[in-house]
Amino acid sequence: MSDIAEAGARFAPARAVWRDGLLAAAAWFAAAVVTVATPDVVKWGSTELWAWIMLGGAGVLLAGAFAVPRLGRAGEAIAHYGPWLIALGVWFAVWEVTTAKLGWLPKPFFSPPQGLLHVYLVDSKRLAFCVLFSLRLWAYGFGSGVAAGFLFGVALGWSKRFAYWGMPILKLIGPVPATAWIPCTFFILPTTFAASVFLVALASGIPVAILTASGVGSVNRAYYDVARTLGASARFLVWRVAVPASLPHVFVGLFMGLYYSFAVLVVAEMLGAKYGLGWYLQFQTGYSAYANVYATLVIMALMCAGLVRLLFVGRDRLLSWQKGII
Amino acid sequence: MSAALQLPTPPRRSVALDVRGVSHHFDLSGQRLPVLDAIDLRVAAGAFVALLGPSGCGKSTLLRLIAGLEPPASGQLLEDGVPITGPDPSRILVFQDPTLFPWRTVSKNVALGLEARGLLPAQRQRVDDALALVRLEAFAAAYPHQLSGGMAQRAALARALVNDPHLLLLDEPLGKLDSLTRLAMQNELLALWQKVGFTAVLVTHDVEEALLLADRVIVLSDRPARIVAEFAVDKPQPRRRDDADLVHLRQTILATLGPIHD
Repeated sequence: MSDIAEAGARFAPARAVWRDGLLAAAAWFAAAVVTVATPDVVKWGSTELWAWIMLGGAGVLLAGAFAVPRLGRAGEAIAHYGPWLIALGVWFAVWEVTTAKLGWLPKPFFSPPQGLLHVYLVDSKRLAFCVLFSLRLWAYGFGSGVAAGFLFGVALGWSKRFAYWGMPILKLIGPVPATAWIPCTFFILPTTFAASVFLVALASGIPVAILTASGVGSVNRAYYDVARTLGASARFLVWRVAVPASLPHVFVGLFMGLYYSFAVLVVAEMLGAKYGLGWYLQFQTGYSAYANVYATLVIMALMCAGLVRLLFVGRDRLLSWQKGII
Repeated sequence: MSAALQLPTPPRRSVALDVRGVSHHFDLSGQRLPVLDAIDLRVAAGAFVALLGPSGCGKSTLLRLIAGLEPPASGQLLEDGVPITGPDPSRILVFQDPTLFPWRTVSKNVALGLEARGLLPAQRQRVDDALALVRLEAFAAAYPHQLSGGMAQRAALARALVNDPHLLLLDEPLGKLDSLTRLAMQNELLALWQKVGFTAVLVTHDVEEALLLADRVIVLSDRPARIVAEFAVDKPQPRRRDDADLVHLRQTILATLGPIHD
């Protein structure tokens, strides 16, 4: 009993505080102090609010330093990000000093964190509208491109006659970057929006078509033999054998298409859209409003990473049967 | 109500098979490779016939033709006197590899045949029955990669049996199993055949396996395969591996197969 109590007493202090949490709190606190202690070289706006956010972060981290060791599993998950939280605090402090306080980095190309924060506060409505506009364009383009590419790919992989006509076309058009079509699409298609949707669809559909075709073409022949002896119709062979068996390939195509779709989305929006994140970037660059540009880039990074994450979740659900195979 | 309606005839579980002068060849990059040479073979309804022969001799091709997966180059295949023109769920082929669909659970794999023919909603119970027959009830929700080799092959058998086949074509179904699992599976196969009563054609290169299971053992030559000898095994089941007559028969068959098999 006393042994256990003693051991507990000996180990308790070591576990009572999350060291990284304390360090992170200190770093965030330093960033807050730096922000208010010295004046900005020019007016950026929202400096005080930024200092409060840093201070709030430091407070949360300080509380976390004492709470995390008592949270068990959840605490361990949070503690995993300790080094990142410290690095963030240091990064914010350095960023603040080099831009707002010392002006080392040339204006107007660099903006301190409060500059970005100010953009989010002042221009939130327009930004939100641009995000929705971009998402709508992306969803139409990616959705229709992937659907068409998938069906085209299944037909190519399944039917020799379809492949005879379709494959040369795909091989000829596939390698052309979707952006190369910009000059024609913008006057062939009735609206800028339709042209943009078409370009995004083309960019995302082609890799899906290629990978689906190769996936359907490389399905183990024995699966078809099994299904045929069990009385499967051609329809069953396509949708219940060929398609599920080729799904791992299809997802490779989906990931490629997703990345291409982002690239084309932004370019298409820069070239004649009235709203959207690409348009916003272009528009603000024209005014040398680089704080707005960085603020938009942050939103874009979060949006694209979120969509990639979403696709991963979908893949893990549909391909859970692969565990142990790959 | 008539007596005939009250006492329906039991469903037929087996068919007779008639292979008449079947020859077949493959086209390998323009070259003609003969694989089967004028095979004549009659299998009575409910019989268990084993096809023995050197590897690559064309045994599996013969099974594919009987299954209707390919038409023969010449000759005729008849099931109860009716020509075989394509695959049919009454004739089911079990492959050397279990070839379970990895994206389907065990129970969904077993349900394949019923699903493909639109019978699943009405006959779902048969899937559970088939799983019970091969003692895999506990693994109904497992994915194929979670099964051992023996369990996967049992699942493949259940997938065949759920369709109530009249003719079961077995293409070295135990060939890749370890020897202990193999012995257990031979007994299971025999028990299923006795219980269900289908006609069975087993391709194997294991003479002992053929003698333990089959009523007739057909020995095929090297490619192109011809029937070189036929042996009746009229020993009642259960048979013992060390039965003196079977040991003797085994030596005779091995001598027929040639010097490769000592």
